[in-house]
Amino acid sequence: MTTIDITEQGLRYLNETLQQQSTGTNQKEWDIINPRGSHAIAVGLDAPIQVTVNGSTGYYCGGMNKQASITIKGSAGPGVAENMSSGMVVVEGDASQYAGATGRGGTLVIRGNAASRCGISMKGIDIIVAGNIGHMSAFMAQKGNLVVLGDAGEALGDSLYEARLFVRGSVKSLGADCIEKDMTEAHIKQLAELLERADMDADPAQFRRYGSARQLYHFDVDNVSAY
Amino acid sequence: MTDAKKPDTPRTEPVQSATFTKSVNAEIRRAADTGIYDIRGGGAKRSVPHFDDLLFLGASISRYPLEGYREKCATNVTLGTRFAKKPIELDIPITIAGMSFGALSGAAKEGLGRGATAAGTSTTTGDGGMTEEERGHSKMLVYQYLPSRYGMNPDDLRRCDAIEVVVGQGAKPGGGGMLLGQKISDRVADMRDLPAGIDQRSACRHPDWTGPDDLEIKILELREITGWEKPIYIKVGGARPYFDTALAVKAGADVVVLDGMQGGTAATQDVFIEHVGIPTLACIRPAVQALQDLGMHRKVQLIVSGGIRNGADVAKALALGADAVSIGTAALIAMGDNDPKWEDEYQKLGTTAGAYDDWHEGRDPAGITTQDPELAARLDPIQAGKRLANYLKVMTLEAQTIARACGKSHVHNLEPEDLCALTIEAAAMARVPLAGTEWIPGKGI
Repeated sequence: MTTIDITEQGLRYLNETLQQQSTGTNQKEWDIINPRGSHAIAVGLDAPIQVTVNGSTGYYCGGMNKQASITIKGSAGPGVAENMSSGMVVVEGDASQYAGATGRGGTLVIRGNAASRCGISMKGIDIIVAGNIGHMSAFMAQKGNLVVLGDAGEALGDSLYEARLFVRGSVKSLGADCIEKDMTEAHIKQLAELLERADMDADPAQFRRYGSARQLYHFDVDNVSAY
Repeated sequence: MTDAKKPDTPRTEPVQSATFTKSVNAEIRRAADTGIYDIRGGGAKRSVPHFDDLLFLGASISRYPLEGYREKCATNVTLGTRFAKKPIELDIPITIAGMSFGALSGAAKEGLGRGATAAGTSTTTGDGGMTEEERGHSKMLVYQYLPSRYGMNPDDLRRCDAIEVVVGQGAKPGGGGMLLGQKISDRVADMRDLPAGIDQRSACRHPDWTGPDDLEIKILELREITGWEKPIYIKVGGARPYFDTALAVKAGADVVVLDGMQGGTAATQDVFIEHVGIPTLACIRPAVQALQDLGMHRKVQLIVSGGIRNGADVAKALALGADAVSIGTAALIAMGDNDPKWEDEYQKLGTTAGAYDDWHEGRDPAGITTQDPELAARLDPIQAGKRLANYLKVMTLEAQTIARACGKSHVHNLEPEDLCALTIEAAAMARVPLAGTEWIPGKGI
């Protein structure tokens, strides 16, 4: 276990040190103290290390993560785990807007609630939220899975492509071209795996699945009111 | 019947309306027929005040010139001196603007890289990620960070030479993009994480920041990911150049890229291209003023683009205070876009060489704006690269010729005092006197 104090050692030292870890590093565990809402904590990591951030973070914690497992023992500011491609980011508190934006892979777990635009433009990431998510979540979502144990706000999945959305609670409204879809055995199996990965205890059978109606995939003047 | 008896009666000559011209009427009929607006590529085609409305004064009794071919006139420029550990060193003040793989073929991107590298300058990715063709053939490659984030990843961020955060572009300030399904090959689709063959929208706003305060934090993140090595550019379309430039500086830009309405796009609505945004000529002085007011002129570099065609345009942009210019449309033309040798095929597409702008349809006879393997094979990237390098060399020689005539040992020493304007509009926009007068409209003289 190596401890880095952001207040004492600075953000540049923190990120440079973590980014220098190679795939075969022996320094597997890192403890970050005094984050105090700093932005861009533990960004651009690319090694199978465990990073624990003891406190709440500002914007873009875990941005562009690869391989690393980052746990935030607090709440996360906007854009947590944005554009992540592998590894895992866990937020023990709540996440602000655009959590997991454009994420291409890996897993983002939010144990509290997520604000608006959770999973915006997601491109392959799996996001599991224990609480509720805000409006316009999964906007233009391309790929990956968004699992919500609580409720979803307005305009869920607006203009989405091939991402899958699983919601256990209520959905205030669906966005353009987003519809409810059947839950097959394969979907239930996949959802069970996602819940297990996030260490969340919920019955997959209680969820509803939403996805793209694929009516807006080709521009059509008859759909102009939907754009 | 009366007229038939008097064939010599004078008649009113048929007059075409200056308001309802033939092309306006044709567009009304097209709209009535289809119910959909016109989409096309390129930049503004309408006539707007431009660099042609400016003239250099040259040397005279009070100014002495430098000897052509003998006395040195330098053209190098360094971009990213404010924060980046590794600024970009260019031999010439002309760069290649961002154009996507997707909009352009892989061979066209390779040709741009080859030409830019041979000329000692940089090229730029586009909305769709970085390809091996362009990385491999571009000595200096600027990686665009766009709202869609198609293909965005930290490895490419680290192997680029500069990062360009794209807020907007001159053809459509405030607009996103749409790549139609016919250009979405399996390779393009894979790079963008979308199914092949469907229309792909590129968002008009970034997904994870809004406004200059957020942008400052986003730039901090990008610098932290890349170890503060790369110059970070912010590209904006010509809209409110004074404020956009000031806010880009505030947000931490190393370089501001300002694109006027003549700057091209792969595809957007014609109404957007022709009616939103301001001419390149009108962008430069307000942007330079913002940099000067902040004490950042020459510290944060300014790249101007949109309708740059020759060395005179380059020299005029630099004289007005830009550090470099960028070309897109002109580079495509140099490589063979709209070449009259394909006239028969342009005719089949219902257009003519020089006017072809349906780049979004992917049927480009010149093989540049296409993903069709047969059409794309028409462009030899090596030959295209040579043509682009030649063209860049000519532009540079032209700019040097003018700079020497004005007595400058570096093209950056050109200044507004070297210029006058042919029209009142250009004089007001460029803030230089109307030719033969001391009058700068708006200066109160």
